[in-house]
Amino acid sequence: MSQVRVLVGTRKGAFVLTSDGRRERWDVSGPHFGGWEIYHLKGSPADPNRLYASQSSSWFGQVIQRSSDGGQTWETMGNKFVYDGVPGTHLWYDGTPHPWEFARVWHLEPAPTDPDTVYAGVEDAALFRSTDGGQTWQELPGMRGHESGRFWQPGAGGMCLHTIVLDPSHPGRIFVAISAAGVFRSDDAGTTWRPMNRGLKSDGIPDPSAEVGHCVHRIALHRARPDVLFMQKHWDVMRSDDAGASWREVSGNLPTDFGFPIDVHAHEPDTIYVVPITSDSEHYPPDGKLRVYRSRTGGQEWEALTRGLPQRDCYVNVLRDAMAVDALDPCGVYFGTTGGQVYRSADAGDSWAPIVQHLPAVVSVEVQTLP
Amino acid sequence: MIRVVLPAHLRTLARVAGEVKVDVDGPATLRSVLDALEADYPMLRGTIRDHVTQQRRAFVRFFACEQDLSHEPVDTPLPDAVVAGAEPFMVVGAMAGG
Repeated sequence: MSQVRVLVGTRKGAFVLTSDGRRERWDVSGPHFGGWEIYHLKGSPADPNRLYASQSSSWFGQVIQRSSDGGQTWETMGNKFVYDGVPGTHLWYDGTPHPWEFARVWHLEPAPTDPDTVYAGVEDAALFRSTDGGQTWQELPGMRGHESGRFWQPGAGGMCLHTIVLDPSHPGRIFVAISAAGVFRSDDAGTTWRPMNRGLKSDGIPDPSAEVGHCVHRIALHRARPDVLFMQKHWDVMRSDDAGASWREVSGNLPTDFGFPIDVHAHEPDTIYVVPITSDSEHYPPDGKLRVYRSRTGGQEWEALTRGLPQRDCYVNVLRDAMAVDALDPCGVYFGTTGGQVYRSADAGDSWAPIVQHLPAVVSVEVQTLP
Repeated sequence: MIRVVLPAHLRTLARVAGEVKVDVDGPATLRSVLDALEADYPMLRGTIRDHVTQQRRAFVRFFACEQDLSHEPVDTPLPDAVVAGAEPFMVVGAMAGG
């Protein structure tokens, strides 16, 4: 029977949750790296026992960990993230030039076919790659060096490259998202980049339709239909049918279109999930009710999924990297909260139950479906 | 032989318990002790001082013999008691928070 391994990054360590294909009984392992912030951990599609973890601390900086046995043991890898050349400046919150300063790795994206190749999205926003299993890291300088880079400004959480999507059917095509610059796409394996933000409208910037400057929170695609992208923006849920070249709003009947994560069903490319949050200054669900919203029509028409989720006095948030799906049938959906719960649905969102309820604040959730 | 006390999180990272001891070539200074420490425990590189600038990380402090050496020039000789092994050189995670 298949197994599921859920990789959870929290403010105070990493946890590995495992279950069989029924997804009812769970073993909990952790905390790994207790006391450290684990922004993200993710497994290699080419070797599921190869995991990478981003471990960081305000005191001691960035550490990269690697496991070769599915998270049972870990090895400290290279943490030298040095910007290519003379880094220059971007814009600070007050609009003045500010030097690029590496702070942390937000997201690790292992390559689909080579377990030793992994991408890292970092703050201040840049894209790094390792081809030796995380021992050394090289910046892909065309990303940060885009002509708009010196005008990028941080979002409230810092100027982070938080999303990396490797297009499974177009080798060399990479999407990234930066807060608060927007979506960029490379078609040459990361050498050159183009902004992909046409159709976005953000009222919080001087030109609401600017080519760059949007606070994109998360993008996702279905591997069977990679030209269709879904986006949770600061406000607005968006969809692109042309690989990011243009976007249209599909917020439809959502109670609020502010939120952080967005994800796609493993087997239904038009079934997507978001977690609406009250507003940009009230990072908790509307009315104290934790509701995942599902669209089976690729957006616009949404239904609230509430069974098993708290429907009163709930004021947690779900961060951008804290939702994932498994590849079983029916598709499992998982998300973690800033209140330390990790919820799972084994029926594509129809019903939910907590796997764990009292972890530190959850920053990221990834799922591996194992044979 | 210089005795070095690491903060708990760096002991975990370096997979050591208690004090560590490092051999220093030439005079024992902040720089030479940290060089020796990072040579023996490469996983500590970048966690105490920046990889490139070698600047001390903001929330890390260096204490010895009840003195704060954090702001001393990196080539300042360490106190005799540290060189003699009577006192440890301490890498400290600064108190921060409420």
